[in-house]
Amino acid sequence: MAYVAVKGGETAIQNAETLLKAWRRGDPQVPELTLDQITQQLSLGVNRVMCEGSLYDPELAALAIKQSWGDLVEAIFLLRAYRTTLPRFYNSQPLDTQQMNLQRRISAIFKDVPGGQALGATYDYVHRLLDFKLMAESEAPVALEAEPNRAAMPHVMELLRQEGLIQSVAEKSVEKLARKSAGESAGESAEKFAENAVEAAQESVEKATEKAVKATQGSVERATEDTVKATEDIEETTGETIKDTPEPAVEEADRQPFDLTRQPLSLPAERDARLQNLSRADEGFLLGMAYSTQRGYGNNHPFAGEIRVGQVEVLIAPEELGFEVAIAEISITEVQMVNQFKGNKVQPPQFTQGYGLTLGYNERKAMSMALVDRALQAKELGEAVANPAQDEEFVLSHSDNVEAQGFVQHLKLPHYIDFQAELNLVRQLRQTGREETVDDTVEPTRAETKNGTRNKTMDEARNENEE
Amino acid sequence: MIPLLSVQNLCKSYGAIMACDRISFDLYPGQVLGIIGESGSGKSTLLQGIAGQLPLDQGQLLYWDGQGQVLDLRTIRESHRRILMRTEWGFVQQNPRDGLRMDVTAGANIGERLMNVGDRHYGKIRTTAAEWLDQVEIPGDRIDGLPSNFSGGMQQRLQLARVLVTQPRLVLMDEPTGGLDVSVQAKLLDLIRSLVRTLHLSVILVTHDIGVVRLLAHRLMVMQNGQVVEQGLTDQVLDDPHHPYTQQLVSATLTP
Amino acid sequence: MISGFNFAYLDEQTKRSIRRSLLKAVAIPGHQIPFSSREMPMSYGWGTGGIQVTAAVIGQTDVLKVIDQGADDTTNAVNIRRFFQKVCGVETTEQTTAATLIQTRHRIPETPLQAGQIIVYQVPIPEPLRWIESSEVETRKMHALADYGSMYVKLYEDITHYGHIATAYDYPVMVHGRYMMRPSPIPRFDNPKMHLSPALQLFGAGREKRIYAVPPYTSVKSLDFEDHPFAVEKWERICEFCGSTDSFLDEVVVSDQGDRLWICSDTDYCHQRSLSQNLSPQSS
Repeated sequence: MAYVAVKGGETAIQNAETLLKAWRRGDPQVPELTLDQITQQLSLGVNRVMCEGSLYDPELAALAIKQSWGDLVEAIFLLRAYRTTLPRFYNSQPLDTQQMNLQRRISAIFKDVPGGQALGATYDYVHRLLDFKLMAESEAPVALEAEPNRAAMPHVMELLRQEGLIQSVAEKSVEKLARKSAGESAGESAEKFAENAVEAAQESVEKATEKAVKATQGSVERATEDTVKATEDIEETTGETIKDTPEPAVEEADRQPFDLTRQPLSLPAERDARLQNLSRADEGFLLGMAYSTQRGYGNNHPFAGEIRVGQVEVLIAPEELGFEVAIAEISITEVQMVNQFKGNKVQPPQFTQGYGLTLGYNERKAMSMALVDRALQAKELGEAVANPAQDEEFVLSHSDNVEAQGFVQHLKLPHYIDFQAELNLVRQLRQTGREETVDDTVEPTRAETKNGTRNKTMDEARNENEE
Repeated sequence: MIPLLSVQNLCKSYGAIMACDRISFDLYPGQVLGIIGESGSGKSTLLQGIAGQLPLDQGQLLYWDGQGQVLDLRTIRESHRRILMRTEWGFVQQNPRDGLRMDVTAGANIGERLMNVGDRHYGKIRTTAAEWLDQVEIPGDRIDGLPSNFSGGMQQRLQLARVLVTQPRLVLMDEPTGGLDVSVQAKLLDLIRSLVRTLHLSVILVTHDIGVVRLLAHRLMVMQNGQVVEQGLTDQVLDDPHHPYTQQLVSATLTP
Repeated sequence: MISGFNFAYLDEQTKRSIRRSLLKAVAIPGHQIPFSSREMPMSYGWGTGGIQVTAAVIGQTDVLKVIDQGADDTTNAVNIRRFFQKVCGVETTEQTTAATLIQTRHRIPETPLQAGQIIVYQVPIPEPLRWIESSEVETRKMHALADYGSMYVKLYEDITHYGHIATAYDYPVMVHGRYMMRPSPIPRFDNPKMHLSPALQLFGAGREKRIYAVPPYTSVKSLDFEDHPFAVEKWERICEFCGSTDSFLDEVVVSDQGDRLWICSDTDYCHQRSLSQNLSPQSS
């Protein structure tokens, strides 16, 4: 019997995993990385993984980096997949970024601002020279650190707002919503601690599952009977919805924020959904998009209004308690970009803003986010949507690296059914083409001769079967 | 006589600017109504408003459909509107690129409306497409050609065929001869005139070209700054203009 | 079964929310329902939609079959089956007739499905109009208004250029005479199997966050023209192993000279046929 390569098999998969683990560990003579080393010394990597993995937990992020062999996108994916299994107990209060333990705060639009500017730890003014002394690994630099500034510090943007030069209050409340959902990400790490309780409940859950499945199947059958009627109803409603989509009359501030981790993104998207998407977006993608706006693909004259980096408290207010409890302190980066806006028929000339917020110290990402956020406001501001960064469907649908890496890499999966179908089609098309152009050519092509002689014909095969 | 379309007090503003200010008129079957005015006069906004392409602020839009029913165009469902737009109505764009699919064959361009309304017989669709190519004087062997390889005049004639294939009752035209050479324009205008007559079409025609309305329109509306400043029979309005703007318009293009 | 995770990996609330979307999908055959797709421990694009649907409906008494390209033993099928063994501990099978739940990528089993069985398709791109209109806002309108003429323009062009419709897989269908649906990248050879199938057919697109369904005994019609009716491909070959003349055949290149042989893509079907004829089966 000829060789047929259809065997994939469990052993191959297991062997691949073992090999990967060995390679990842590298030379056993070299001491193994500890999670502390990663959280302490590769901290910006940890921050990126927490931000795009949308789970604030430096230790788990460090674990993911270690497990992923240093591949940050893979680490982000690991963290996201883990996040799926965490139940949610509370929604946090909006983060109050005025009450921030600031480590860094700069504004590029005023020489001095109330509360002052602080450079903090930054590569900005460091000469990028390879430091060969680091090869000796004996460094323990001591830095002068200012006393943490716990006093409330108003945003630079407030100065413009007081003068009425900045976009409306409704916009501000949306940003609050974005901060709130960032708080929720952080809240979920607290959920880990409830795991034990979940485990205990598991047995009864399993029983419930069986019942639930049965119940579902029962109702599926019932639902089928009503299918026709339901379809008609839905068509009615769908038609209605499309005919008039009135502007939501709900007060912006009262609206529950969209929750990207619990609801599918639907387009067109409101700004809260957009900001959440951007906050989890791939840094490289956002950077490229942001850069494109600066190079003229949707330019909106940005100024770095304020960049702040520091710690904020995450508060929850359980109804059963009736007061707020701080469950964590997380570090974040917040960016407010100021953009020129010439005004339109209803709005006077003023400044608009782009907003960026990331978990951890992620300044490049937060700035990119703010630029793209502003570009995506084109439709609300009545600007032409003419460039990729302004196209909400384009940006939001392609920004997530967990989605993107999966779909790009799925091309490694077998596609031989599709390909076979395509192969048959191309052969058929060529056949038709040939018949049409050279009607009665007798001479068969080489391939045909070979196939014809080597392979059993249908008739032969039938004969053999009969034997 | 029952009108085909009745427009009452139609208003549309952009911020403080009134693009259409209380426009009213009736259009009767077989009638060609020309709307003339300079850029920014609101004539294109009016046409788009009637076609349902932009939301109107107020006013009434009534249409008597093929079954003799009166439809309130501002409240009918989007699905109904789309069906109307691809059966009883047609829209001819100034730029054929906006009205055609440039990357599919001429045959498919004409056939699309038929397929939209449920025709599922390839052979018949193709035959109908060929007939319409003939009607608009495009050689039959171009049926499998791409519009991008057609001349400007041919593209515009193809757009007419694409719109007329479902035998619409009402056709809206936005500067159909704009952007064409004078000689090509003349040929196209002749074609439109004969199609209007043989198919008994009702047409609303927006243009800034007095020559076009003189040749095609039975009635004429003159617009300036969102308002109708003068209307009546075409000859009457052009031969004896009352409003200063119309007078200016006519004197500027006096030579026929 | 491993500990530390809920039965079928997802927590009960998430499973319930997916089941709610499934019920909606069943009630409106062929209509895409958004659902709150979660990150799974496998990559998006590798079947996470199907995996979440399976996880939402699987119960302890289910018997699961997983195929990819028609085969039970391709790496991806093995991997997904392994996952459900790990997180559910349910019984698995390679036999189509023994399964209550079948998750598939790119094929429908040759053995006709039965009433009571559920087949779950992994869907990469759920939107049939995607290549015609890239905006989701617009395609949703087109579905709501059953505005499908532009899809026929594509078919018209195919016939004009090639003499017939040149779509080999993921061939669009009309479900229940109302919604246009992508059947997932199955070869068009499999399309007729969807029509009036006694089994419940569920479709999950994880990355695109959409679920849709074809309830049992629902009409599924492949798009065509009256004078160019839909037709499936035929082979002038037979399966090297079981001699089947009517199943979808994979072409296998067996030498550097380009020699080929043809075998059933559905390994279980081939196996069963071989056994019944006392031939040596391909999956031995």
